[in-house]
Amino acid sequence: MERAITSEFVPVRAHVEHQPEVFERFHVQWTPTQLILDEHGEEHHRMEGFLPVEDFLAELELGLGKLAFDRKDYDAAGLRFRRVVEEHPEAAVAPEARYWAGVAAYKANHEPHALEDTAKALHERYPDSEWARKSSVWMH
Amino acid sequence: MAIEWLKDVEAGLERARRDGRPVLLDFSAAPT
Repeated sequence: MERAITSEFVPVRAHVEHQPEVFERFHVQWTPTQLILDEHGEEHHRMEGFLPVEDFLAELELGLGKLAFDRKDYDAAGLRFRRVVEEHPEAAVAPEARYWAGVAAYKANHEPHALEDTAKALHERYPDSEWARKSSVWMH
Repeated sequence: MAIEWLKDVEAGLERARRDGRPVLLDFSAAPT
């Protein structure tokens, strides 16, 4: 986990007793909470509450995907989202990552089959997830 | 590998701009 953090991020820690102003600035009222910020301090992903290591690693990858997606770098975003599904298939956020992988593929090449394929994959692999339900509209 | 957490958000953002990496901002209440 340390490696995932130090290789991908600039790690910053705010303590509730010593830096309450940072909690206020980012509207954080509970710990642990982690935010992924771009270099301008803009938030792209939020993790609230304790997570087991596997879920935490998956969330970090998902957040990096969201950061790339927000920058309209859909190829890079798709890589990150797919990596969540491939490397952390049992993580809680794996269905969400699969959903956004489909959206990123669609955004990258406007191939409508990307969405339909994603919906099918979600219904097969994660049929009880909210992301399968959200993708239902893509089924034909 | 221990993580060296910066304690200053602005210093972290400055390093993010320099290094081209995002910031992971951890909010903690753990005893120090």
